[in-house]
Amino acid sequence: MTAQQAEQREAYQASPSSVSSLVEAENIKVHFPITSGLFQRTVGAVRAVDDISFEIRKGETLGLVGESGCGKSTTGRALIRLRELTEGTVRFDGVDLTTLKRDQLRKMRRRMQIIFQDPYSSLNPRMTVGSIISEPIETHNLASGKAKLERVKELLALVGLNPNYTNRYPHEFSGGQRQRIGVARSLAVEPEFIVCDEPISALDVSIQAQVLNLLVELRQQFGLTYLFIAHDLSVVRHISDRVGVMYLGKIVELGPPSAIYETPAHPYTRALLSAVPIPDPRAERRRKRVILTGDVPSPANPPAGCRFHTRCWLYEKLGRPENCRTDDPELRIVQPDHRAACHYAEDALQSDVGVAHIGAEAIKRKPFGAGPEAHKVEAADDVPATLVTDTDVHAGRGDSTRES
Amino acid sequence: MTATDDDRRVDTGSPAVAELPDAEKLPEAVSLETEEGRRLASQLADEKTRHARKLLEVRDLSTQFFTKDGIVHAVDRVNFELDYGETLGLVGESGCGKSVTALSLTRLVPDPPGKIISGEIIFDGVDVMKLTNEEMRLLRGKRIGFIFQDPMTSLNPTLTIGFQIAESARLHLGLSNRAANDRAVELLSKVGIPRARDRMADYPHQFSGGMRQRVMIAIALACDPMLLLADEPTTALDVTIQAQILELIRSLSEEFGTAVILITHDLGIAAGMCHRVNVMYAGQIVETGVTDALFENPEMPYAWGLLDSLPRLDEERGAKLRTIEGMPPDLLKIGDECRFSPRCPYSREICHTDEPELTERGGADHLARCHGTEPGRGWIQ
Repeated sequence: MTAQQAEQREAYQASPSSVSSLVEAENIKVHFPITSGLFQRTVGAVRAVDDISFEIRKGETLGLVGESGCGKSTTGRALIRLRELTEGTVRFDGVDLTTLKRDQLRKMRRRMQIIFQDPYSSLNPRMTVGSIISEPIETHNLASGKAKLERVKELLALVGLNPNYTNRYPHEFSGGQRQRIGVARSLAVEPEFIVCDEPISALDVSIQAQVLNLLVELRQQFGLTYLFIAHDLSVVRHISDRVGVMYLGKIVELGPPSAIYETPAHPYTRALLSAVPIPDPRAERRRKRVILTGDVPSPANPPAGCRFHTRCWLYEKLGRPENCRTDDPELRIVQPDHRAACHYAEDALQSDVGVAHIGAEAIKRKPFGAGPEAHKVEAADDVPATLVTDTDVHAGRGDSTRES
Repeated sequence: MTATDDDRRVDTGSPAVAELPDAEKLPEAVSLETEEGRRLASQLADEKTRHARKLLEVRDLSTQFFTKDGIVHAVDRVNFELDYGETLGLVGESGCGKSVTALSLTRLVPDPPGKIISGEIIFDGVDVMKLTNEEMRLLRGKRIGFIFQDPMTSLNPTLTIGFQIAESARLHLGLSNRAANDRAVELLSKVGIPRARDRMADYPHQFSGGMRQRVMIAIALACDPMLLLADEPTTALDVTIQAQILELIRSLSEEFGTAVILITHDLGIAAGMCHRVNVMYAGQIVETGVTDALFENPEMPYAWGLLDSLPRLDEERGAKLRTIEGMPPDLLKIGDECRFSPRCPYSREICHTDEPELTERGGADHLARCHGTEPGRGWIQ
């Protein structure tokens, strides 16, 4: 890892706007064909990602939030060409990825990696941890023999695992530890850009914070650029420098966390925020939920005009203006560095819907682990995972339900 | 309420609406459809709440799983009570015993390998452990409704949802096919499914995740239960759909005076929904209290650490998250120590040698299992 790269993060923090883009997505579309009949004729398309453009600057963490099926994971994969684009271009450090040949692409992949959501299915159960982590090192001819083993040990230590675990198999590790293995694997090739696809969603609450802290530390240490995909708005706010909100294949709002979380300009963002449970009973009592009626429409057949208008509270409040039904709103600048795709973003900005209960009179506690009576806990990393998990028990449950 | 204990035993005879204690008090002509009926029902619920007896009393409940590796102490001497109409949260991480506690309450622990090895469960005056299997079936069907995490696996994919909702009304309320169907339609529209009558003939796969969970709630409420057991009811759902479902559970429980045990790992949901919260760790209740008191002043370091490790929408950004180091203990090997002590930054010698009891913290409403915050003797400020 070059010294120059390690400085990237600092440079970005000092002055975000002066830093050049690392990843640029231009009008990207990913459509999945719907086929039917004997000859698998294409009868339509699921428009998973439908014409979006954005850029990620060097050293930046761009968060991407939205509900399931909104296209956030597909976007992440399309950026590193794990999914082929239907239309549009992705440029990585100025190079158009869409035109690269297989070999060129593989070389490029050294610079961009991905961490998957499910630490159980993303690691090959028949490979040892050592071979899982050394595989990318071999693929890119970065080291061999003793040097390779040393590198693997170094990576394990880096993610907070015992370096002597190289001969163990994934099942010997808990979910949090497996996710650390996934992180080590992605770091093995010294990438610049990592797509974190819901990296902590499958983990338990107390383990989530550990992995999140690890990702933050590594970002600082190696000047990494992240695309951080998650459905948890609090987590995304915590880690991101800018946040994009997606709905039905579109980015509907994009801006720094202060804008997205304090003065959101899209009614969907406000509805999302109003729905996030806050671990504070007082905030919960003050909350006024915007209950979005109905479900997200099918991405195979999105509503005409603004895609959100079928569930939009602002549309109802403004007396169902016609242009919401007919014109697809552009992602336009509503405040400096803050873009939203809503014809009535100015009205949304004026309202306090969705954010009024956040922050005011929050419970203040002494921070956990602080105070003179606290000591440091060394994480013993050979503790086996609990044997009976909730999921084990679920297995016997289906029948019992029917019995009742 | 003047009903004696005997009246309130689970009726195992010919099931009919009129035999339900709740319905007994309602004049025949008044149904829950009318304003008057609902008023009466809620009055009844108030009466029940004022009643000295608890809806549910759990004493010293222990459930173990006998595996080839040894005995897993999944639920260990759990005590708690639930009032009529109250919403109680059971929170904790996976493997902490919250789901097994709920399964034990209804004697649904898969046996083998699981077994309730001790404890008393008094539900509405009835000793659950002494019921026959047949009585138990009636209790589950009629008095306790279930909502599980994954509505797809808990609904039968080969039966129409209309049939699945009407089934329990037919079985447990003794309604005719037609009446049961009408009740199913009524319930479906009550849980917010549009064009309910048309959708009766649809199969589960024709519904979205949120809609399926609504169907589950309709089934759970089909017999007007006194207790709703909701095990991670919104974990598989998106945040806006989650808000809809939680709102629905809350409004229905208020309307019908149904008590709810809400099992969740999401402290935010517990904060918004529950009157009281039990925090579980490694098979034990480690802290219990009225929601406000517990969230403002957690008295057990695990509960405290869990609250502090969450990124919040209103925290200052960029700060490092507080974490609980390490992992929960192996429930196969538990010794005579505080189960959280290996991970606790406040632990002292006594924590590793003596298991703390659940003791009071400034009142009978707030209990915690921690030497460090024990009044008079503790060292955590």
